[in-house]
Amino acid sequence: MNPAATSVRRQLNPPPVPASPFPYNPGSLLSVMDLSVESVSRLLARTTALENEDPLVRDRILAKRRIALLFYESSTRTRTSFELAAKSLGADTTLVSSLSSSIEKGESLKDTGLTLRALGAEAIILRHSSSGAAWLLEAETRLPVINAGDGMHEHPTQALLDLRTILAHLRPGTAPVNAETLAGVTVSIVGDILHSRVARSNMLLLPRLGARVLLCGPKELLPELAAQAGPGIAIERDFEAAVRQSQAIMMLRIQAERLAGLQLDLEEYKTSYQLTGQRLAALAPTAIVMHPGPIIRGLEITAGVADGVQSTILEQITNGVAIRMAVVERALLAARQGGRA
Amino acid sequence: MTVLAIRGGHLIDPSAGVDAPRDILLKDGRVAEIASPGKLKLPEGAEVLDATGLMVAPGLVDIHVHLREPGQGYKETIATGTAAAAAGGFTSVAAMPNTTPVNDTPEITRWMQSPERHASARVFPIAAATRASKGEVLNDYAALKSAGAVAVTDDGHPILKDSVMREVLAAAARVGLSVIQHAEDTRMTQGASMNLGPVSFRLGLRGMPPEAESNLVERDIRLITELRESRAHLHVAHTSTAAALAAVRQARRSGLRVTCEVAPHHFLLTEEHVGLYNTNAKMNPPLRSAADRDAMIEGILDGVVDAIATDHAPHATHEKEVEFEHAPNGITGLETALGLSLRWLHREWKMPLGRVLSLLSAQPAALLNLKGRGTLAVGSFADVVVFDPKAEWTYRATESKSKAKNTPFDGWTMLGKVRWTVSEGRVVYNAAQSEERVWIDAPPVGRELI
Repeated sequence: MNPAATSVRRQLNPPPVPASPFPYNPGSLLSVMDLSVESVSRLLARTTALENEDPLVRDRILAKRRIALLFYESSTRTRTSFELAAKSLGADTTLVSSLSSSIEKGESLKDTGLTLRALGAEAIILRHSSSGAAWLLEAETRLPVINAGDGMHEHPTQALLDLRTILAHLRPGTAPVNAETLAGVTVSIVGDILHSRVARSNMLLLPRLGARVLLCGPKELLPELAAQAGPGIAIERDFEAAVRQSQAIMMLRIQAERLAGLQLDLEEYKTSYQLTGQRLAALAPTAIVMHPGPIIRGLEITAGVADGVQSTILEQITNGVAIRMAVVERALLAARQGGRA
Repeated sequence: MTVLAIRGGHLIDPSAGVDAPRDILLKDGRVAEIASPGKLKLPEGAEVLDATGLMVAPGLVDIHVHLREPGQGYKETIATGTAAAAAGGFTSVAAMPNTTPVNDTPEITRWMQSPERHASARVFPIAAATRASKGEVLNDYAALKSAGAVAVTDDGHPILKDSVMREVLAAAARVGLSVIQHAEDTRMTQGASMNLGPVSFRLGLRGMPPEAESNLVERDIRLITELRESRAHLHVAHTSTAAALAAVRQARRSGLRVTCEVAPHHFLLTEEHVGLYNTNAKMNPPLRSAADRDAMIEGILDGVVDAIATDHAPHATHEKEVEFEHAPNGITGLETALGLSLRWLHREWKMPLGRVLSLLSAQPAALLNLKGRGTLAVGSFADVVVFDPKAEWTYRATESKSKAKNTPFDGWTMLGKVRWTVSEGRVVYNAAQSEERVWIDAPPVGRELI
């Protein structure tokens, strides 16, 4: 190698990465990274306020505003919860799903989005099987877009409702929250991390409030480079060691639909990673057990644990409706308030 | 044929070792005379280009472009693609065979070079190595070569079978054609849409491991080592990983005929430039890590890289306005290669201007044995680019001559502005009248100089 090359190596000053233009709309919630800790705190406070509001008063907040739910993937919890949240604020909602619309005829996401906008939608809540779909929709429509799950990427409202659940149990009565609120708390996320948008949103959100996130799973479902996704994230392959350190244990479903030919020995998986009553009692008798659903009883979690006293699974779902009220309200009122909430 | 004189400029012709003020006379499509300033005797009726303050260099040569014809004219045509080439200073482009149908016959090879295509730069077809690029049955290389093909490749469909690749290398060597490999072990990249790394994990996208490239380069080098006696030539297209470049470097040290090219986006950008699913930063091979990118810069500066090639890959706007994983691979590059190379390789990383131009002309021409191209020696083709080396300008994709606008360099600052591009003695691009379309109407010329 000639000396010039070596000297150049030290001086390389390559072109910078341009700043992201997203979100275009201050009401959008595409990623948990769109929210500062202060915004998270405001959203949580608003969630509680809306939850306690008189339903008849609440009903007028978004009276007759139009919100489209655009769902390219099946969903029970998320769809219903967004719908109930929007309706309880008085908004009109319409559901477009891939199986009963022009999407089946080959209409692109861009065209579907523009169509919804022309129909009067003021915000779109999108669930899509492709990572990044919400960014595309926002760039093309410039409407407030709420990401209700994009491929393997993010599910920001799930992370917010998980945060609310964790706070209710581990930091009850704490408001507002800040970067130290969850200091000393370890949250383990266990299972199919690779394919999980819930895992990604949580691992990017929780450390910003001070929590330590442990990722746990086999190599096929948890690549080493996951630890580089952000600060405060570590990998613990030993499930029992992870459980022992945790105040919250978040179990994930194996996403068979995204395995893409990956062969997995389910019996072996259960032996290593199933959260059983025995393991829970021995290693983490006071931790909360979380699951974003859908749960596969008898696979990642036993029925006893899912229904047990440490389980917060149903509480998470209830928190989902509350959180989504605040997120939907922000989507439509943020622009009017003239700033990124 | 008109007579054209370019006077008052600074001639820089790396292949001839010229770097001095010179006037140049072009006649009958050839370089007729090179003279000291003011010494040219102009024949009557000669057209004169005043190149005062400008650089005069051999027309640029891009050995990796996709012109999309036949069959995909909605993305690009040979006319529009070569118009973009001319605007970027290129006078010779080697066109990949992944057209519809695949260019695997002498007929298609000739069709692409026909004057009816209204090309503004000379098109050198690269034919498919195997029938329909399916990696099974070899095409007739002798017939393809006599029809004008300058190399063979299955480009986007790399030849995975060792036995087939060995046969391709040997058969191409027998007729004196180069074999270009798009090095990607596609068994390792199923469903992937960017480089495998922390960024792909964060974005929830399946990733292509760097080994998918380097493994195949290493396999090809092994095969060519076995065929050492045949003098087979392997050219590695769009090298993007440090490991693949290291393999090429090693092969060269052992005296093998292995060459490689690097695209501007691979020496400038990294996986971070994908940003939030920018489909104009999606190509194959993908943008890699910063370490890989730095290795490309080093490889260019220390000479292991033989050519800069754009991999100009036009796509219709609607094809790129889709979910990232569904967007087609590729970006345009013909209009930005010179401006980016001068801005970064020359100004930022201090590479002498002559060496930068050599990577964009003399070296790629030599690599594919394009005689009389990439040089301004008397008697060679009158392919010239005249540019202002000091001019800084902003590239606007909307103003592109290409049908396509899919570039990550929209809005970037370029250094060096093309004033005229002359292809075989004809001004095919004039910055002052850039709306005008001029093409070469002469039939393709033989590969041998008369």
